[in-house]
Amino acid sequence: MARTHSPQLKMLTTFAAWSIGLMIFFPILWTILTSFKTEAQAIASPPIFVNFDWTLENYEVVRERSNYMRFLWNSIFIAGGSTLLGVLIAVPAAWSMAFVPSKRTKDILLWMLSTKMLPAVGVLYPLYLIFIELGILDTRLGLIVVLMLINLPIIVWMLYTYFKEIPGEILEAARMDGATLKAEIFYVLMPMAIPGIASTILLNVILAWNEAFWTLNLTAAKAAPLTAFIASYSSPEGLFYAKLSAASTMAIAPILILGWFSQKQLVRGLTFGAVK
Amino acid sequence: MGRIILDKVTKRFDGVEVIPPLDLIIEDGEFTVFVGPSGCGKSTLLRLIAGLEDVTGGHIEIDGQDVTGVAPAKRRLAMVFQSYALYPHMTVRKNIAFPLRMAKLDRAEINKKVTAAAEVLNLTDYLERRPGLLSGGQRQRVAIGRAIVREPEAFLFDEPLSNLDAALRVEMRLEIGELHKRLATTMIYVTHDQVEAMTMADRIVVLKAGNIEQVGSPLELYTKPRNTFVAGFIGSPSMNLLEGPEVAKHGAKTVGIRPEHLSISDKEGVWSGIIGVSEHLGSDTFFHVKCDAFPNPLTVRASGEVSLHYGQKVFLTPNKTYIHRFGKDGLRIA
Repeated sequence: MARTHSPQLKMLTTFAAWSIGLMIFFPILWTILTSFKTEAQAIASPPIFVNFDWTLENYEVVRERSNYMRFLWNSIFIAGGSTLLGVLIAVPAAWSMAFVPSKRTKDILLWMLSTKMLPAVGVLYPLYLIFIELGILDTRLGLIVVLMLINLPIIVWMLYTYFKEIPGEILEAARMDGATLKAEIFYVLMPMAIPGIASTILLNVILAWNEAFWTLNLTAAKAAPLTAFIASYSSPEGLFYAKLSAASTMAIAPILILGWFSQKQLVRGLTFGAVK
Repeated sequence: MGRIILDKVTKRFDGVEVIPPLDLIIEDGEFTVFVGPSGCGKSTLLRLIAGLEDVTGGHIEIDGQDVTGVAPAKRRLAMVFQSYALYPHMTVRKNIAFPLRMAKLDRAEINKKVTAAAEVLNLTDYLERRPGLLSGGQRQRVAIGRAIVREPEAFLFDEPLSNLDAALRVEMRLEIGELHKRLATTMIYVTHDQVEAMTMADRIVVLKAGNIEQVGSPLELYTKPRNTFVAGFIGSPSMNLLEGPEVAKHGAKTVGIRPEHLSISDKEGVWSGIIGVSEHLGSDTFFHVKCDAFPNPLTVRASGEVSLHYGQKVFLTPNKTYIHRFGKDGLRIA
């Protein structure tokens, strides 16, 4: 039987849901609003909500002062490249864990996740030296490799959970039908796991896009992505909130739009297996 | 052609022996059924032949060629799974074409073969549908279609009918039987349902705990069960297996008598007893009779018209020609 709710309760839950939603969205909204204010209005107390002189001046300044497109391209290359490389490595890994598990599969999965528990700064120094040694400091390739390694445990975990949902008999049927391992993965496993793979890719693009620790520490001028672009507005000459906000808005806009259009897919992917 | 030889095939899972060394020859073109209670190793045995599981010891030969270490894809066998295992993202046409695509046949030939298979299996109207939109019986036919297009050395069926309802099961049973007659290809069929085994098989292999209890034609197994296990397993309702002092008179530890080889009368007979539950099937009636001589009730088949009622005192007489005698070790005494 469907549960019935009184109109009052419905109103209350709707109100609560909207409040929580707005609360989560507020920092982003405030950043966007601030980016349209003058510097004086940006730090006005009490804060001004919408009743200010809307201006595009900050964007103008940001555009003049730094090469947004270069940062954007770096971000796209690094986020996209690290995700694709990660998925390429994670698909066979997750396949073997899901379909030919050994006694230690669970341990390996947990161990992989445990690497996420190490504070990143703990390996900064050795990694920095390795980067110098290999001559990949401040290169996109270097960052692609590092971000791929950082997100690999999550990619493997996600793919593993999706693959687990696929009945093993279907893959066995493919094997009986004469499919090689490659054909089995490309023609049977991956098409069936498309929703899962897509949400894994989406989530990891977002994670890589927003990653700030390694991108800030391992890049200088050439390979710096949008995180560095934002950071460049935060320090030396004191805080300029409006310009910082404009830079931030420009940095998060692409990923925000991507997230907006793919939210259905993302939600379906993240709850896959939980609700059936 | 598909002659399959199992030579001392052994399978262990984590040290537990599920198939002790086992020898079996499956002749070319034969319809062989592996039957046994759940957990008897029949599915494992099939998967060993398919190559989906690796043998722990022994050899498997298909058509004179040792395939023990050969990948399933290269054994030229086709398998129909209990869950059908269709590819949900492909249409029926693509499902049936998949093995041909894997064999890298050219497009025109694939189309020709898929169309022919679909015609045989009454699937022509459903070729562009996805499996999700088909009924259980249709899905089963697609799975069979996928198996027949590539003309394998042998077909392996893993309880293919157990997900279907009773009426459809009978229908599909006939269809598979007909398919075998037409293709004359070796078929190995796994089931726990002894009715399926009896009706379809040329030869039945009865398994228990990974051991072969008996191999023979359905009638051989029915008329000459090698031991008490086969005697009790084959036949529906099961054979009455009797023990006690009354049995010792026949010079056996256990005596088996099928329900149809007992006659029932309310006047006279060898064993007296009281009628318990009776099952009326129309053509037959099965009486469960509690006899004084034996601890367990006996099942008796009578014609549908016999009218005896619950609690009535009756007499049973076994037909002496059809008494099966088994010794202390459970084996048949000739």
